[in-house]
Amino acid sequence: MAHQQAHEGHHDLESLRLMGFWLFLITDCILFGTLFATYVVLHGNTNGGPTAQELFAMPGVIAETFILLTSSFTSGLAVLSMNQGNRKGLIGWLAVTALLGAYFITLEVTEFVHMVHEGATIGTSAFLSAFYTLVGTHGLHVSIGLCWMIALMIQLSKRGITSVTRRKVNVISLYWHFLDVVWIFVFTIVYLMGVM
Amino acid sequence: MKKGIRRLSAAISFVFIMLFTAGCSDKFLVLDPKGSIGQQQLDLMIISTILCLVIIVPVLVLTFVIVWRYRQRPDRKAKYQPEWEHSTKLETIWWSVPIIIIVILAAITVRYTYALEPSKPIEHEAKPIVIQVTSLDWKWLFQYPEQGIATVNYVQFPEDVPVRFELTSDAPMNSFWIPQLGGQVYTMSGMAMTLHLIADEPGTYFGSGANFSGKDFAKMRFEAKATSQEEFDKWVSDIKGSSPALTMDGYKQLAKPGLSENVTYSAIPEGLFQQIVNKYQKSGSGHHHGSSGEAAGHEHGNAPDAAGTNQAATDQEHQMDHMNH
Amino acid sequence: MWDSIKKFASEFFVTGDPLIYGADVSIGLTMIAVVAALTYFKKWNWLWTEWLTTVDHKKIGIMYIIASILMLFRGGVDALLMRTQLAVPNMDFLSPEHYNAIFTTHGVIMILFMAMPFMFGLFNLVVPLQIGARDVAFPFLNSLSFWLFFMGAMLFNISFVIGGSPDAGWLSYPPLSEKMFSSGVGQDFYIWGIQISGIGSLMTGINFIVTILKMRAPGMKLMKMPMFSWSVLSSCITIILAFPILTITLALLFIDRYLGAHFFTLDGGGNPMMYINLIWMWGHPEVYIIVLPAFGVFSEIVATFSRKRLFGYKSMVFALMSISAFSFFTWAHHFFTMGSGADVNAFFALTTMAIAIPTGVKVFNWLFTMFRGKISFETPMLWAIAFIPCFVVGGMTGVLLSVAPADFQFHNSYFLIAHFHQVIIGGVVFGFFAGLYYWWPKVFGFTLNEKIGKWAFWFWNAGFYICFMPQYVLGLMGMTRRVNTYGWDTGWWELNFVSTIGAFLMGIGFLFQIWQILHSIKFMQKAPADPWNGRTLEWSIPSPAPMYNFATIPHVEERDAWWEEKQRRAQGEAPKPLPPLEPIHMPKNSGIPIIKSAFWFAAGFGLVFNWLWLAIPGFIGIALSMLAHSFNYDTDYYIPVDEIERTEAAAKGDAR
Repeated sequence: MAHQQAHEGHHDLESLRLMGFWLFLITDCILFGTLFATYVVLHGNTNGGPTAQELFAMPGVIAETFILLTSSFTSGLAVLSMNQGNRKGLIGWLAVTALLGAYFITLEVTEFVHMVHEGATIGTSAFLSAFYTLVGTHGLHVSIGLCWMIALMIQLSKRGITSVTRRKVNVISLYWHFLDVVWIFVFTIVYLMGVM
Repeated sequence: MKKGIRRLSAAISFVFIMLFTAGCSDKFLVLDPKGSIGQQQLDLMIISTILCLVIIVPVLVLTFVIVWRYRQRPDRKAKYQPEWEHSTKLETIWWSVPIIIIVILAAITVRYTYALEPSKPIEHEAKPIVIQVTSLDWKWLFQYPEQGIATVNYVQFPEDVPVRFELTSDAPMNSFWIPQLGGQVYTMSGMAMTLHLIADEPGTYFGSGANFSGKDFAKMRFEAKATSQEEFDKWVSDIKGSSPALTMDGYKQLAKPGLSENVTYSAIPEGLFQQIVNKYQKSGSGHHHGSSGEAAGHEHGNAPDAAGTNQAATDQEHQMDHMNH
Repeated sequence: MWDSIKKFASEFFVTGDPLIYGADVSIGLTMIAVVAALTYFKKWNWLWTEWLTTVDHKKIGIMYIIASILMLFRGGVDALLMRTQLAVPNMDFLSPEHYNAIFTTHGVIMILFMAMPFMFGLFNLVVPLQIGARDVAFPFLNSLSFWLFFMGAMLFNISFVIGGSPDAGWLSYPPLSEKMFSSGVGQDFYIWGIQISGIGSLMTGINFIVTILKMRAPGMKLMKMPMFSWSVLSSCITIILAFPILTITLALLFIDRYLGAHFFTLDGGGNPMMYINLIWMWGHPEVYIIVLPAFGVFSEIVATFSRKRLFGYKSMVFALMSISAFSFFTWAHHFFTMGSGADVNAFFALTTMAIAIPTGVKVFNWLFTMFRGKISFETPMLWAIAFIPCFVVGGMTGVLLSVAPADFQFHNSYFLIAHFHQVIIGGVVFGFFAGLYYWWPKVFGFTLNEKIGKWAFWFWNAGFYICFMPQYVLGLMGMTRRVNTYGWDTGWWELNFVSTIGAFLMGIGFLFQIWQILHSIKFMQKAPADPWNGRTLEWSIPSPAPMYNFATIPHVEERDAWWEEKQRRAQGEAPKPLPPLEPIHMPKNSGIPIIKSAFWFAAGFGLVFNWLWLAIPGFIGIALSMLAHSFNYDTDYYIPVDEIERTEAAAKGDAR
């Protein structure tokens, strides 16, 4: 009796947590929305420094986009494996997702380092302040997601697929898709509209 | 309890009596306007106050009556209906009455908002006199581009002539306010805002910086004096004859944080005001201008070649929507 | 070596003002006394296990209330110092720098570290009890929210004695708040103090939305929910939509200051006006965030003390929700004078006026709740009744301010100061006091002395009108806000003097409240479960509520569930048979929230002073505490049936 109720209690708790996470995503949307707004307001204020056309190297950015989109797909595959009860597949796909994410971050950091070497720092102009902050905040989100994913893989290997870990995988996959969508906006508003 | 309510209403009515009977006293600057802009703003305040009172006074009376009548006591005769919780008729009334009042007030407000837009020139047969105002840490610099003179913490202009104040800042944002002539407008770096005011009669008016700008902001008071045209012309020629010139170096000294006496200058550096504005323009790579990231649409008027002409402070500057959200 | 230490200390500690030395000494003595007392009475363990690590919403609520009353004290002292300085012309009591710091901290503390935690305290104390839940949705997160608020508040307050207070106004407009004009650490304390507590507020918003939407007792449909819970829902929705904007705005200001970026600077293409827009996009909803729950409190109190159903329930819900939505479209009325042009000003004038409509409707509904009721005047009701005229007049001056062309004359003057103090004190503070008085017996299990409470009430009210009515007039006399002194020639001094007297009367009112609490503790009067003849579920359980709140979760069929139940019982209907007790699932206490928040404090402090050796370990600590929580699967336990039986029996025995 008590055991059954406990089980239901857990189940209930997990659905609360999922809802809480959706609300968190709303707040994160507004957070990015504000950053996008500042970027749109400031993107013309180059203060005599380099402009978007002069600065952005599209091949690298397109590669980043492709990598992140793929990682979103692989995180979907991870959830599929989980739903089939395949723990190894789940951990494997999560690992692939994390690797792709790490590669994305590496590319982004390289891009930033390259730009700074060209003299385009965060203090050069309002445009660059807004650029580094917006893209950097997305990168920070991805990095946090990476750490979280690694922690989750350890928990999965220790505890297997339970109602708790299942919710955790669902949540991180949701988070990862969300970052993907944000990146699409970054790609369009910052990069595509910047070089056009 | 009744004492409380009585005390409240006494306090409130005391204030309103103070406000409206004392309006004629010279202390109540906002209620004692000496120019048409300030007068219209006062009219608007009175109209909106009356409109609000139409609803506020009945509410205050009703509050008192209800609290008094339905208080709990042994020999109470008033009705008690604990289940009564809804009445479509009543609720319709109090949704619609405020809506009607607000609609009327809104219509008036919109009309006045366009009529009293501070950048709109005042209709008057006299040609407006231009005064360029710069808020510094913690003093006001007034330049008269047509007369070629400048003053600090003191401004004089002829009565019954529209004054076109062009406002900028070479320090944290402030706000330029001469209550008896009309409302305030912010002074902000990198842009020239326009404020049109007029004095209907000669007099010395209180002016101040209304927006906090650091340590000695409270000392940013100035005198605004309206005189006859002859007196004004004489004042200008006196300054021309006796005061030193304001040089670029002199301006840099003046702009340093600190207080200043009232000073007059017989000459001003060519295009100083425009240079102050341009100093903070948020320009891109030199081919476009704009004050709030809205690069397009401000190509003309702000370019350095327009320096020295008072038209340089474009009218568009203050029209724009800052964020375009 | 000695010289460099001396130099460091003279910059690190705020020096040179006898007031601050006095404060240093009293802070030091208080801390020594607290530590000594805890050690002497061997209470450290009790403090840690019962309070610092608790995840019980009732205890967290109490901690919020205590913290907010402390902050009310500090903010109030700031206010009295300001009023003393302004009492007569050319006063030399505070230097301009000190005065600027004090009005800045007064504003920040009163809104963010007094009103917000007071409000969260009431959320915590009341919402779960009112909706028939055993706790909030995320008890761990709730504790974390509290500790983040607490550490943020402490970080902000410590600037008073270490490093120097912020002094660029409560919203810190750039360029004044940029490095160029405010190079000290005060501004960084401002940013991190608010930022850390702001994260906590955001999480509380999420927490209570989920709690209200998902954890209501069976049968309690949304439209049967008590009005206070509705107001919490509308306030929390506003929080989660508004606070991220604040987070970003402060982060951008910090990036400007710390990394030399150009978001809001004068040079480099920065745009200070963008900050003013952004901060008010948060700031305007913020005032509705704090006032909406006060509306909820009044709705509960007016119905209870009129012994009558709340009039126009649906209208009230609709009004709450529309206020919350409209609050996002009025921000630019805070700067009509920025020259946005007539179109923009007209738009924001209209939206601002529109928000007055639902607010006004609520007043009518309260009035008609009292209409044909049986009104009694216990302290909570006194505050609620005093609120109505005060808020109505404050609301009216708000409408006057929204008339854009007239605002050019009101803006930045004492007229504005008087307006927002009238709606915030008359609305928010009166509301929260009313709520605290109302729910006090439920929370603490003893009643407050009514007589002293009435003294406090009258001092506050008289003080309020004496303080702020003259300020409206001062505004019309051309007195601008934030001036630290004025001359005899202005003609302002009589009214300023009166205003100062009013401020001190409110201070006396506060002392009466403290005395009331201490007196009531000394002459403890046990509170019954339902001292006010209440209407909602929280009054159906013992006072104070047991840790699991409801031994059996109630089943709700109508709006004022407990009132209706009492009516049925009065008509001789037997109470519904209770289902058998079952073990209750409870969250375990956790030390992670306080530890993690302490790491946030360290990180914030490190960044304020640019000490990376402290900031980096701080952030690592934050990450580690998050991981520790993620790896901890042992987070809950069960209260066995016999323990519930014992607790319930004891509570019943107490009540008799």
